[in-house]
Amino acid sequence: MGTSGLKRTAIAAGVALAAMGLGPGAFAAPAPIPQQAAAPAGTSNTAPTTAAATPPAAPTSPLLAVDGAPGAVARPGIGQPSNGVFGLQPQVTRNGEFAHWMHNSILFPVITVISLFVLALLIWVVIRFRAQANPIPSKTSHNTTIEIIWTLLPVAILVLIALPSIGLLQAQFRPAPAGAVTLKAIGNQWYWSYQYPDHGGIEITANMLKEKNQVGAGERARTDRDGPRLLATDNRVVLPVGVPIRLITTANDVIHSWAVPAFWIKLDAVPGRLNETSFTIEKPGLYFGQCSELCGARHAYMPIAVEAVTPAQFAAWIRAKGGTMPTPGAASDKVIPQPGADGSAAKAEEGAATANATGPVENATTAAPATTQGASGNPSAAGNAGQ
Amino acid sequence: MTDTALHPSAFQTHGDHAHHHDADHKPGFFARWFMSTNHKDIGTLYLIFAIVAGIIGGAVSGLMRAELAHPGIQYLQGWASLLHGGEASFDESLHLWNVMITAHGLIMVFFMVMPAMIGGFGNWFVPVMIGAPDMAFPRMNNISFWLIVPAFILLLASPFFGGAGNGWTLYAPLSTYGEPGPSTDMAILALHLAGASSILGAINFITTIFNMRAPGMTLHKMPLFVWSVLVTAFLLLLSLPVLAAAITMLLTDRNFGTTFFDPAGGGDPILYQHLFWFFGHPEVYIMILPGFGIVSQIIATFSRKPVFGYLGMAYAMVAIGIVGFVVWAHHMFTTGLSVNTKMYFTAATMVIAVPTGIKIFSWIATMWGGSMRFPTPMTWAIGFIFMFTVGGVTGVVLANGGIDDYMQDTYYVVAHFHYVLSLGAVFSLFAGFYYWFPKMSGRMYNEFLGQLHFIVFFIGVNVMFFPMHFLGLQGMPRRYPDYPDAFAHWNTVASIGYMIMAAGMVIFFINLVYSLLAGPKAPDNPWGEGATTLEWTLSSPPPYHQFETLPRID
Repeated sequence: MGTSGLKRTAIAAGVALAAMGLGPGAFAAPAPIPQQAAAPAGTSNTAPTTAAATPPAAPTSPLLAVDGAPGAVARPGIGQPSNGVFGLQPQVTRNGEFAHWMHNSILFPVITVISLFVLALLIWVVIRFRAQANPIPSKTSHNTTIEIIWTLLPVAILVLIALPSIGLLQAQFRPAPAGAVTLKAIGNQWYWSYQYPDHGGIEITANMLKEKNQVGAGERARTDRDGPRLLATDNRVVLPVGVPIRLITTANDVIHSWAVPAFWIKLDAVPGRLNETSFTIEKPGLYFGQCSELCGARHAYMPIAVEAVTPAQFAAWIRAKGGTMPTPGAASDKVIPQPGADGSAAKAEEGAATANATGPVENATTAAPATTQGASGNPSAAGNAGQ
Repeated sequence: MTDTALHPSAFQTHGDHAHHHDADHKPGFFARWFMSTNHKDIGTLYLIFAIVAGIIGGAVSGLMRAELAHPGIQYLQGWASLLHGGEASFDESLHLWNVMITAHGLIMVFFMVMPAMIGGFGNWFVPVMIGAPDMAFPRMNNISFWLIVPAFILLLASPFFGGAGNGWTLYAPLSTYGEPGPSTDMAILALHLAGASSILGAINFITTIFNMRAPGMTLHKMPLFVWSVLVTAFLLLLSLPVLAAAITMLLTDRNFGTTFFDPAGGGDPILYQHLFWFFGHPEVYIMILPGFGIVSQIIATFSRKPVFGYLGMAYAMVAIGIVGFVVWAHHMFTTGLSVNTKMYFTAATMVIAVPTGIKIFSWIATMWGGSMRFPTPMTWAIGFIFMFTVGGVTGVVLANGGIDDYMQDTYYVVAHFHYVLSLGAVFSLFAGFYYWFPKMSGRMYNEFLGQLHFIVFFIGVNVMFFPMHFLGLQGMPRRYPDYPDAFAHWNTVASIGYMIMAAGMVIFFINLVYSLLAGPKAPDNPWGEGATTLEWTLSSPPPYHQFETLPRID
């Protein structure tokens, strides 16, 4: 029953310590590890500012997904909400399509029919059994047969709903295979930062792009090519299509939630925990989402923008960012600590160290800020959405 | 205690001094309303309190719908400047938004629906319906009410100290190290007081219902409203201590250096969510079960038929109460639960649809074959059945853990719980209010204004909340003061709905004032032979002390 798959998420809390304590160093394996020294700085509430950013190593075009090539442009009707319509956003992942089908073909018809059935019954009794039409009320107050029917019939309907629902849950919890691209999304008040631990520890900070009349001097304002208002970010997450993505979420301050409706993905980013899920994007394009757990004042101003490109473009982008493509099949296993896996020597050391510490999770939080604060590979963190 | 409880008449005789033998002797104004031990007076106090809280909570939602009517931030900065007494920063304005959503939720849940349902109608009619002279612990009844007043004052004062902007769920760590200042502490203490008030009330109701029923009033003859309050009281008694524990841990995390919910000290934010929702899910049934009871009484009365499947109805409520305790984590589907946990909570949540379906169909079967009239309470009750059905079926959609990954924290959820609460619980409150208004006040309400109120309110809330399903399906997250332009259309429609609803409320208050001042005198039983419960055997309004001689129920 898919139990092996789910354990992965179940142990999220346990993994938190290992992965986070170990993460920054291990992810950036080839690089020197000075950022760990900066770890305790961690809890600033503002995004890294332009001034502090190192000179961008990557091309400066904000739209740029792939080196030199123009980035994807937002297309109405997909990857973003549409105005005044009824229905779900189009889905671009297989699980999303499954869930979309389940909602549109099972749940929605069933609840509509039930509601209309109840409405029809109400209208019928109101007309047929009004006092003028039926002056003498019946004295019936029991009917075992009908009571059994209206108990068992809903049970049957619910079982019919539950079957695909369980299937959907199983599909959603299928773990990403080895070789999946790992994306770590870290929630901060109020921006997202991202890491590609399998790809040379690339880090990105995504701030919302403000409107022309809101930006300060030298700040970049949103254009329509970036995406809709409140959805466009200065840096997009770039992911390959057709390749399984392993999404890991956590947070540095309060709980956030990483959500992209077009992927049917919503996963809370909880401080001290690592949550994991996986999905495979089927279509290239630009997909937007928004933080979906109340996280303070600018909760509405930390959007998510994902640019899905071909694997070749993805590899080019990784290189442009100064990262490396992992050896096929090897990277994932190395980076994501598996329950019970012995892992690298470094991990063993880490484990020994934390075994004696008071709280495993403590390590997670103290180490976590390093992932954003210590990042040097944050080429165009021009956002600073929050002034 | 047991003796007096078992023999309420003895208690009555003993307690009345010689000069008190007139059943209608009332104490002076201050003693009557501030030191009251009379269940009907306390019920009236609760109803007045709930109406005041409802006006405030409804006004807050009006401000929110005004801000949400169009994309962009229109008014928040002005309101925040008013509150701060100076130019407010952009972040302070946004924080004010979070303060408003928190206040709206807490006020409506703890200070409007609960006081009206349990404190108001429960106090007024549970003793009367079981043939008891008063509640079992009249003085405790008084402290129950007077705890909720300071609680409300604490909550209302908190925005002037910065404001608690955590949402009504007060999720850690946003409510611990995420928000300094005294406001969140004030909100937490408000919940402590309101919770203590409800626990005392629950003990009082359970004792009253178990020990003070009139001779012949067996549990299986009790009116369904009494059953609903009994089940609700048990839910309160078992769930509120868990909330108290959770928010106490919030307090110590905030002020005394504990780290229950702080991973830096070995705690876990998700622990708070488990504790909160272990309370929070029974809480939603606490808000709706008395409504079920009210609607059952009204449907039977105006169909001139006994309730269909009485035992099924009573035990469906018991089943809802029990199952309601084991489904809490469906509020947490996106927090990283394991797949087995999600499967269990998906299945368990769906189970609740079964007893709920029994109730819906039993109400319709009660009407079936009846001889129905449609005065205002009945139109509200029928409106309740349909609106609650709509809210219930979207609950079945949300119960699916896999589907909920999309819906969680979107306006679909907002639409769902407003259909079961704002169109469910509130409809049943209005139904009960019109149903019992003649009994409580001794005057008839105005039938035309009552029906007009129903029609306008019904249209208003549907125009307001139905489009929220569409917003949710397109992915609009809740608790946003500003949204992408693509959500503009349905938000504008929803805000128009609010204005219609508000017009309906104006009609209600006109009717209320007019009827209290100039309504025709109500007979003992204005509803005819369908009204079979004990309150209709008393005068309208009932004597200050009823049932000095206990009624016998055959």
